[in-house]
Amino acid sequence: MNRFTALRGALLPIGLLIVWEIASRAGLFSAVVLPPPSAVAVRWTSSLLPALPYDPASQSYTEWLLSGELPHDAAASLGRVLAGFAIGVGLALPVGLLMGTSDRLYGLVNPLLQILRPIPPIAYIPLAIVWFGLGNPPALFLIALGTFFPVLVNTVAGVRQVDSIYIRAARNLGARPWTMFARVILPAASPFVLAGMRIGIGTAFIVVIVAEMIAVSDGLGYRILEAREYMWSDKIIGGMLTIGVLGLVIDGAMSRLNDHLLRWHRGLER
Amino acid sequence: MGAAAMTMPARSPAAPAGAEIAIAHASKVFGTGDRAVVALQDVSASVPEGQFVCLLGPSGCGKSTLLNAIAGFTPLTEGAIRMGGRPVTEPGPDRGMVFQEYALFPWMTVEQNVRFGLDIKGVRRGEAEAVVARITETLGLTDFRARFPKDLSGGMRQRVAIARILALDPPVMLMDEPFGALDALTRRTLQDELLRIWSEFAKTIVFVTHSIEEAIYLADRILVMTYRPGRLKRDIAVTLPRPRDSASAEFNALKRELGGLVMEEQERFTKAELTGTAVD
Repeated sequence: MNRFTALRGALLPIGLLIVWEIASRAGLFSAVVLPPPSAVAVRWTSSLLPALPYDPASQSYTEWLLSGELPHDAAASLGRVLAGFAIGVGLALPVGLLMGTSDRLYGLVNPLLQILRPIPPIAYIPLAIVWFGLGNPPALFLIALGTFFPVLVNTVAGVRQVDSIYIRAARNLGARPWTMFARVILPAASPFVLAGMRIGIGTAFIVVIVAEMIAVSDGLGYRILEAREYMWSDKIIGGMLTIGVLGLVIDGAMSRLNDHLLRWHRGLER
Repeated sequence: MGAAAMTMPARSPAAPAGAEIAIAHASKVFGTGDRAVVALQDVSASVPEGQFVCLLGPSGCGKSTLLNAIAGFTPLTEGAIRMGGRPVTEPGPDRGMVFQEYALFPWMTVEQNVRFGLDIKGVRRGEAEAVVARITETLGLTDFRARFPKDLSGGMRQRVAIARILALDPPVMLMDEPFGALDALTRRTLQDELLRIWSEFAKTIVFVTHSIEEAIYLADRILVMTYRPGRLKRDIAVTLPRPRDSASAEFNALKRELGGLVMEEQERFTKAELTGTAVD
């Protein structure tokens, strides 16, 4: 990785932006179909910045700085992803650990799991609205659902592949069931569990955008759909780019967490 | 057999009470019907406290099965094993096991691995740290305490595995071909280290190996086992003074004698393998 490879990587996006800008300005497409990148940038910046002037009496400086529409929407989407993800993981992890350790429970639950698993979380939208109405509850339900299955399936697989030599060694040292669970089985399964979480948060991020288009009145998904009503294509594209950046941040954070938690793992040897 | 062993002086001084192992008519059959494999057949022996015993034989002679039965991992089909008069029913930290595959917990550092048994036992933090410091020092692991197993050589890993069970100060150490995967020089170093630990910490050791030389170098007594069904073929006391010189005439005389015994069993194993009756 040297400067020239980085430069070469930047060549295509920059070139594309220039061509796009020229084409838009030359009137090749209307601003509704494809606004020029400069218009997107202007629109994006204005939604990023606070709408009202700074008033020290009613708010702190940071509050004011983040009072723009975009920070609010991004925080709302991120908050939903994290809350739904936490619910999904919180349910999938114990169920997965139990299913992985008990063959009887596995035999009982696995067929049902295999039937439910291929249903995309988005297909649950109508039912989610019937069950939970509008607002955050159906959105969180859908996000939790999107997280639940990948984490569950991977946790079960992770626990089932734990090398019996570790179990034997721990029993030899006197480990009782709880210690075995917390300090042997869970860490031994953690590479699988974490891989499941990474898939889970990716799904959660897709689901949050769709859920926001339907059930709630803020968040990045809601905002780009709202912009369509007014044919604000520059705002739509700006929102899409924000979604992309947020996804990148989430995945990057997940990947760093992964590297830290699995620093003992052979696969990560430098 | 037991009587012969009892007449032999235990070299390890002041072994802790209740460490003698009594194996009475131990049999183990794996599988049923046509596929049944008799791994152990009517094995009886007693290992007095402080003795270093090697179980020697080719693959499939049941030596690992016997070790696993003493460890409490493998229930016997018939017979019983007692330690210090109490029947062995499950694995326990009084019989620390060192596995050939190290079996270190890769997600724990060296220090955490060594401390794990103490954590389970509920030893207080300060006390546990003192034990870990002492044991890692004994095995020359002090500088490696913060490392993960993946960053250690095979020899270092096996040191950690030994340290891990020593931390619990078990009266009995069970070792399943612990040095089998190591190069010759590392192996010799660890053998010497083990002998030092054995005499310093007064352990009873049951050590499985298929290396004749290793058995003679280490053991007070060698139990040669037969290939399927696994029985005791010969019970030999090794009285050579330590440290043993593997180039000496006595060492080599013993090596020749044992070599003959083991080869008979190895030939039966090879024959079974060639006729396809060796199931393993």
